[in-house]
Amino acid sequence: MARAVSFNRKTFNTVLAWSIGLLIFFPILWTILTSFKTEGQAIADPPLFLMFDWTLENYAIVQERSDYLRFLTNSVIIAGGSTLLGIFVAVPAAWSMAFVPSKRTKDILLWMLSTKMLPAVGVLYPIYLIFIELGLLDTKIGLVVVLMLINLPIIVWMLYTYFKEIPSEILEAARMDGASLRSEILYVLTPMAIPGIASTILLNFILAWNEAFWTLNLTAAQAAPLTAFIASYSSPEGLFYAKLSAASTMAIAPILILGWFSQKQLVRGLTFGAVK
Amino acid sequence: MATQHSRSAARFMMAPAVMLLLAWMLVPLIMTLYFSFKKYLPLRGGDLGWVGFDNYVRFVSSSSFWPSVTTTLIIVGGVLAITLILGTLLALLLDQPIWGQGVVRILVIAPFFVMPTVSALVWKNMFMDPNYGLLSYLWEFFGAEPLQWMSHASLTSIITIVSWQWLPFATLILLTAIQSLDHEQLEASEMDGATALKRFWYIVLPHLSRAITVVLLIQTIFLLSIFAEIFVTTAGAFGSKTLTYLIFQRVLESQNVGLGSAGGVYAIILANIVAIFLMRIVGKNLDK
Amino acid sequence: MIRKTSLGVAVALSLATSTVALAETITIATVNNGDMIRMQGYTDQFTKQTGINVEWVTLEENVLRQRVTTDITTKGGAFDIMTIGMYETPIWGANGWLVPLHKNVNFNTNNLSEAYDVDDILPAMRGGLSHKGTLYAAPFYGESSMIMYRTDLMQKAGLSMPEAPTWDFIAKAAAAMTDRSKDINGICLRGKAGWGEGGAFITAMSNSFGARWFDMDWNAQFDTKPWANTLNFFKTMMDASGPKGYATNGFNENLSLFQQGKCGMWIDATVAASFVTNPKDSTVADKVGFALAPDTGLGKRSNWLWAWALAIPAGTQKEKAALQFIEWATSKDYIELVAAKEGWANVPPGARTSLYENENYKKVPFAQMTLDSILSADPNNSTVEPSPYVGIQFAAIPEFAGIATQVSQEFAAAYAGQQSVEEALSKAQDITNEAMEAAGYR
Repeated sequence: MARAVSFNRKTFNTVLAWSIGLLIFFPILWTILTSFKTEGQAIADPPLFLMFDWTLENYAIVQERSDYLRFLTNSVIIAGGSTLLGIFVAVPAAWSMAFVPSKRTKDILLWMLSTKMLPAVGVLYPIYLIFIELGLLDTKIGLVVVLMLINLPIIVWMLYTYFKEIPSEILEAARMDGASLRSEILYVLTPMAIPGIASTILLNFILAWNEAFWTLNLTAAQAAPLTAFIASYSSPEGLFYAKLSAASTMAIAPILILGWFSQKQLVRGLTFGAVK
Repeated sequence: MATQHSRSAARFMMAPAVMLLLAWMLVPLIMTLYFSFKKYLPLRGGDLGWVGFDNYVRFVSSSSFWPSVTTTLIIVGGVLAITLILGTLLALLLDQPIWGQGVVRILVIAPFFVMPTVSALVWKNMFMDPNYGLLSYLWEFFGAEPLQWMSHASLTSIITIVSWQWLPFATLILLTAIQSLDHEQLEASEMDGATALKRFWYIVLPHLSRAITVVLLIQTIFLLSIFAEIFVTTAGAFGSKTLTYLIFQRVLESQNVGLGSAGGVYAIILANIVAIFLMRIVGKNLDK
Repeated sequence: MIRKTSLGVAVALSLATSTVALAETITIATVNNGDMIRMQGYTDQFTKQTGINVEWVTLEENVLRQRVTTDITTKGGAFDIMTIGMYETPIWGANGWLVPLHKNVNFNTNNLSEAYDVDDILPAMRGGLSHKGTLYAAPFYGESSMIMYRTDLMQKAGLSMPEAPTWDFIAKAAAAMTDRSKDINGICLRGKAGWGEGGAFITAMSNSFGARWFDMDWNAQFDTKPWANTLNFFKTMMDASGPKGYATNGFNENLSLFQQGKCGMWIDATVAASFVTNPKDSTVADKVGFALAPDTGLGKRSNWLWAWALAIPAGTQKEKAALQFIEWATSKDYIELVAAKEGWANVPPGARTSLYENENYKKVPFAQMTLDSILSADPNNSTVEPSPYVGIQFAAIPEFAGIATQVSQEFAAAYAGQQSVEEALSKAQDITNEAMEAAGYR
C-alpha cells in the first residue's frame, strides 16, 4: 500500500506539509492564545506568543455577560434539527433521482442548487413578514425550517451522488426477492449509504452552525444561537481583542472538536460525486 | 428497468423536497417581484403604490451598479482561482507519504469549521489592523511600511479571508480525487521518463477535472452570496461592494425595499447566467 | 410585636403573589457599549424590585440598527424595548411606531411617573428625542463631542489649549505634537465609512466651515466651497499629523490609540472622557485635558449632539413592564446606584440636569466641559446658512442613513488616497441627489 519513497523526500514533504498546515491553522491558534491574554497583552508590541501570564478572566467576563450555554443549546438544536429534517426530506428525493432517473432529473437537481444563489438579503422583508404572520419569529422551529430549506439542495445532491454509486444490481436482486419499496430503502439502501449519509449530516451541521444571516435576523432572545452571541462582542468600546478571542473560541470550539473527531467520516464522504 | 409503478413512486418521493424548495423559491421570488414594481419605503409608510419599471431603471443607472457586478466577479473569480490552485498543490502534497498525515490534515481542514463572522473579525482585527495587527508587525519586522489592508487592499483582504475559509473544502475534495488515482499508472509513466510536470498535466489533471468542476460549482454558489465577510471588514467601502452588498444597502441602510427588490431580481439574473454557464461545464463533466 | 410580624408576613405574602402575577419577561435590544453592558450587570436589582425578568439582546451597533429597523418597520414585535438614538426617535415617533412616554398636555396612564421627574432631562436631549413635543424615548446617556488632548504633549510643544480653539490652531498644534519616531500622532479623528462613524464627524465638522447637506429645496450641497474646504482641511491635517490608516479608524480605533498614548488630540464623543481618564484602561489617564470642539469663526462649532435612548415599540403586550424598566434605567436612582458602586466618573452622563448640579459630580474633571458642549449644540439650528433639516451630525429624514453611509464611503476612499477630494465630492453630490429624487424630495 505505502509507496516507497526516499527518506530524504519524505522528510522534505513532511516538513513542508507541516509548515503549511501550521500556517493555515495559525489564525485559529492565535485566537485561542489571545483568549488567554489580558487586553493589554493582546496588543503588545512585539506580539507575545507563549510567554505571557495566562489568564481565564476573559472567559469569566464573557460567561458573566452572556449565558453561553443557552446560545450553545440553541445552536445545537437549530443546526441538528435542520440537518435531520433535511435528511428526512432529502432521502426519498435523492433515492428516486438516483434509481428512477428521468430526463429531467439533472435539470431538477441543478435547479435545486440554483435556488441557493438567491441573495438572502433581497428577501429579508418578505421572509420577515411571513415569519410574523406565522408567529415563527424568534422561535427555534422557524430557524430549523429556514436552515433546512437553505441546505436542502446540498443535502439532496450529496445523497444523490452517494446513492448513484450503489450498484443497481443489488437493488434488483432485492426486488426479485420481493422486497417492498420501503424495505428496499430501509434494509438495502440505507446501510450501504451510511457513510455518505453520515458525511452529509456532518457537512450540513457545519453549514447550519455557521449560517449568520438568517440566524441573526430572525431571532431575538429566545432562539438566538452562537452567531448572535458573537455579534455582541464584535466591536465594543475600548480594547476587545482578548474578549473577542474568548467569545470566538467558545463559538467555534464545539464544531471544531466535532469536526476533528469525525474528520475521517467527513473526508471519506465529502466527494460530491467528484470521484469516479 | 424502471417500471411504471416505481416511476410514480419516485415522483411521489421526490415531491416533498421539490415542493418545499419550490415554495421556498417561489414565495420570496414572487414577493420580490411584487415589491420590485412598487414604491415601497418602510420608513415612509410602506407601500406607496405601483411605479412600473422605475426601480429597475434606477438600480442599474446608479453609479454603484456596474462596479458592484465587477467586484462580485473579481471576488468570486479570485477566490476560485486561489482555492483551486493552492488546493491542488496542497492535495498533491498531502497525498505523499509523510509523518503525521492525520494531524496535518486536521490542521488544514480547521478553517472550514470557523464561522464566517468569526474569521472575518479575527482577520480584520488581529491580523490586518494597521496598528495592532500581526501582519503589521511582520511587515515592520522586515522593515516595510505596514499595509493598510482594509483601505488600500480591500479586495485582496476579502479574497484572502474567504480563500482561507474555502481552501480546506477544495483541498479535501481534490485530495479524495487524487487518492483514487491509479498510482501504478503514475509510477509506470515515471519509469518511462515523464517529468513531474508532464505526469501532472497528462495524468493527474484530467483525472481531477470532475473534482475541479464540483469545487467550482459548490463554491460559486456560496461565494456569490458572501455577505458577513464584507459587512464585518469594510462595510462596502473602498470598492468592495458586491451586488449582494449593494442590495443590502438599498434594502436595509436606505430602507428602499422596492429598489432593493429590483436589485434582487438582477442578482437572480446574474446568478442564473453564472449558473447556466457553470452547468454547461458541470453537466458535461458530471455525465462522464 | 406579633401584630407587626403578621403584618410583615401579610405584606411579604401579598408581595410574593403580586410578584407571581407580574412574573413577566421583557426583551430588550441594546448596543454593546460599556454603559449598557454595565446596566445589564445591575438588571438583577431591577428584577428584585419589580419581579420583571429581563432578556437582553446585545448586538454590535450596525447589527443592532439593522435588526431593530427591520422589526419596527414590519411591526414584528420581537422586542419590548429598543435602544435607539436621536436620529431614529423623531422619525419613528412621527410614524406612530413608538409608545409616547410623556405628553405635554394629556397625561395618560402609561406616562412616566411624577417621581421620575421628566423635566430634569436636559432640554437638548429631550428636544432631540421628541416629535412635536411628545417624548418618545428616554435618554440613557447623552453626548456631545469635544477635544480631548494630552496636557503633557501640548506643554512639550510649547502651546496651550484655549477653552474654545479654532481649527487653524488645532492643525498647528497637531503638527507640533506629532512625533513619528515615537509613534505619536498629533491628532486622531474618525475617517471610517458609515453615517454614524466618519459621516457623523465630517458632517459636524462641516457645520463649522459653513457647509450644509441640503439647501432649502433639498438640493445636495457637496458642490459648494464650504464642503471642499472642510474635506481638504481634514485630509491635509490628517495626512500630516494623523495616524496611519485613519481612513478606517472609527470611535473604537481612536479610543484605543488614545488610551495607548498614541494621540496628541482626539475630537470625539464626550462619553469617551470617562474611558480615557480611567486608569484601569488608559495609560494616559492623568494627562488629559478638555476643550470645546473647534470652529472657524463663522458662528457654529463642530460638536454634535447624540443620545442613546430607550424606547418602547408600539404594539408590545408588555408596555407597562417596559415603561417600568425605562424608568428604572434612566432614573436618578440608577445614577446613584452606579456612582455608589463604580464612582461618579462612571455614571451614564449627559441625560439629566440634576447630575450636573450634584457636588460630587462637579469634581469629575470632564463634567463641566461635557455640559458646556451639550449646551452649545442646537440641532434645530445647526448650520451657518439655513437648512431644511433638524440634526447636527445627521439630517433627521429617513433617507439620511443610507445616503450618508455611501457618501462617507466616498470620503473614506478620498482619505485613503484612492480618489481626489473633488472626485469624492462630486460622487457624493450625485449619490445624494439620486437618492433624494428616488425618495421624492426633488
